[in-house]
Amino acid sequence: MPPPPTPANVRVVTLTIDGQDLSARADETIIEVCRENQIPIPSLCYLDGLSIWGACRLCLVEIAGQGRLFAACATQVAEGMQVLTNTERLRRYRRTIVELLFAERSHICSVCVSNGHCELQHLAQTCGVDHVRVPYRQARYQMDSSHELFRLDHNRCILCTRCVRVCDEIEGAHTWDLMGRGSDCLVITDLAQPWGDSETCTGCGKCVQVCPTGALVKQGTSAGEMVKDQHFLPILARRRQAR
Amino acid sequence: MSRTISIEPVTRIEGHARISLQLDDQGQVQDARFHLTQFRGFEKFCEGRPYREMPALTARTCGICPVSHVLAANKACDHLLSVSIPPTAEKLRRIINLAQLTQSHALSFFHLSSPDLLLGWDADPASRNIFGVMRQNPDLARDGIRLRQIGQTIIETLGGKKIHPTWVVPGGVSEALTADKHAVMLRLLPEGLEIAKRTYAFFKTLVPKFLDEAAHFGSQDTLFLSLVSPEGNLEHYDGVLRLKDARGRILEDQVPTWEYERLVGEAVEDFSYMKFPYYKPQGYPKGIYRVGPLARLNNANACGTPYADVALAEFRMLQESGPVASSFHYHYARLVEIIFALEMMERLLKDPRILDTRVRARARSNRDEGIGVAEAPRGTLMHHYRIDENGLITWVNLIIATGHNNLAMNQAIRQVAKTYVDGNHLQEGMLNRVEAVIRCFDPCLSCASHAFGQMPLLIELRDAAGALVDRLCRD
Repeated sequence: MPPPPTPANVRVVTLTIDGQDLSARADETIIEVCRENQIPIPSLCYLDGLSIWGACRLCLVEIAGQGRLFAACATQVAEGMQVLTNTERLRRYRRTIVELLFAERSHICSVCVSNGHCELQHLAQTCGVDHVRVPYRQARYQMDSSHELFRLDHNRCILCTRCVRVCDEIEGAHTWDLMGRGSDCLVITDLAQPWGDSETCTGCGKCVQVCPTGALVKQGTSAGEMVKDQHFLPILARRRQAR
Repeated sequence: MSRTISIEPVTRIEGHARISLQLDDQGQVQDARFHLTQFRGFEKFCEGRPYREMPALTARTCGICPVSHVLAANKACDHLLSVSIPPTAEKLRRIINLAQLTQSHALSFFHLSSPDLLLGWDADPASRNIFGVMRQNPDLARDGIRLRQIGQTIIETLGGKKIHPTWVVPGGVSEALTADKHAVMLRLLPEGLEIAKRTYAFFKTLVPKFLDEAAHFGSQDTLFLSLVSPEGNLEHYDGVLRLKDARGRILEDQVPTWEYERLVGEAVEDFSYMKFPYYKPQGYPKGIYRVGPLARLNNANACGTPYADVALAEFRMLQESGPVASSFHYHYARLVEIIFALEMMERLLKDPRILDTRVRARARSNRDEGIGVAEAPRGTLMHHYRIDENGLITWVNLIIATGHNNLAMNQAIRQVAKTYVDGNHLQEGMLNRVEAVIRCFDPCLSCASHAFGQMPLLIELRDAAGALVDRLCRD
């Protein structure tokens, strides 16, 4: 992978994360520093190579001296910053967020093509979600299977917008976007047309590979068969940036 | 005054059911009904899903026979793809099906029915269970548990897990068999076959003690429906449909499975969530037929494996002529089928091409209607799907093995209740016989539940003295 281009004259700051003394470039975010130093921090909307969205709130951290919580993906490091990533309060919030995601739509892991390879499922396991304490919405969404190669299942979408960003920022097609608000929000192709009718979709499949759940999958896959590969993303992102 | 006796829940079966016995003024049984009291809704909520999800979705109907649903669903998907799957994949599918047959039949015979056969119909219900069998005949109980384990282990070895494996996929199977797994399975089979033969020999000594039950436990004139191989032999995975009458005359033969609708109609009654399939040319309810081990053995010319063929010949001697009529002999047929399954698995595993790596045909949907039929442990299982141009399910019909037997089960409990139940001197053992005849069929009610149109749900709240406190009715 080509190294990320380092802007000239960027200061280096020192900070502590979970009591560990670390140094980082001043333009880095907390989540980037955590990933570089193998400090586990959950996230669903954040993905190395895409712009920051800050929607899932799973990477919230505590910063000493600050009353509110900060999204690690959207907060730059600062000199002397003291960050806590794994307190009881954060664990409780993260578990609740994951439970709300499960309750919002129909994530039935056992029959999902992404079963065993799903970031949401993995996160639920690491956050200790053994049951969901809020009522399921039981909303039923239509599937879009009109594309020759891929399939969209809104029931399994968590609205992380990775598909929207990768299509816009990496592929440059901007086929994907969002429509509606709140619980009615949906990812759409073009002007909410069937995916198979989209004139802008190049069929590259990047959206499918970055989708953290079974919402975007390849046609022809059966339960548990959809394994995604996101290695291409930072490589493409850095090459784009290098130009 | 007429009374109703309700047996609820019916115990030692898969799923939830109730039996009601209607007594006349003299306390004698006038009518008996078998009610399936649970509702699932699979045919409805599968609509809108991609057809490739159907094997995993429909397998969730059951934890005992998920492999049967996986196979029938995948066969329906193969039909949608219009592919012929690789021969090795077909053999591997056959093995996992036979492994499930072994474990399911073992569960039915040892865990659910042997307490009645060994401890007696009138034994204390508290000990009339597998634990009672362990105390009285620990070797038999151990054999049963081990045999079931062998079947489950083969399913796990092939499919990755014991329950709800996803290894069978439209077009074949997802992974070829490895030499390690092959060796594991081959090592298990001789022990399984020894257990099966030992149990069969033991059961043969028990049969003469149950002549009365054999005469009254659903000993009825019905038709028999099952798959048979194109040569007319015992078949569990593929083949053609055959229907025999009670005198052994073949009424339908060599019927391709996708023509099942020509033979089978489905009627609905308001007292059960289970439908009532019947043989169309004879109409409802005259077209009563049975499926499952008894029907398969009655329909087959031969098993095709050495020990099972000997056992089949002995099975046929249970009756002077014609197909074996008593539903009590489902137990016998189950043991014959276990022997067959273990012999056949060994034969398939020793096939020189069983380790071939070409095990999956890949295609898109090439038609809009798919039908998959396989023999589940309890009988012929039919999955029928329609899809739209994008491969999403628009319509589903599942005809479950237990459903085929619904008319016969109702008739059987009427026969048993009229023979054994005296409403004036009611004893637990009498009612247990009514339950026991249901166990002969080994029904799987979680699979067989259906809703047809509007089925009103009535909930009655009664106090300890039985007085009605509240009543809720949902139309």
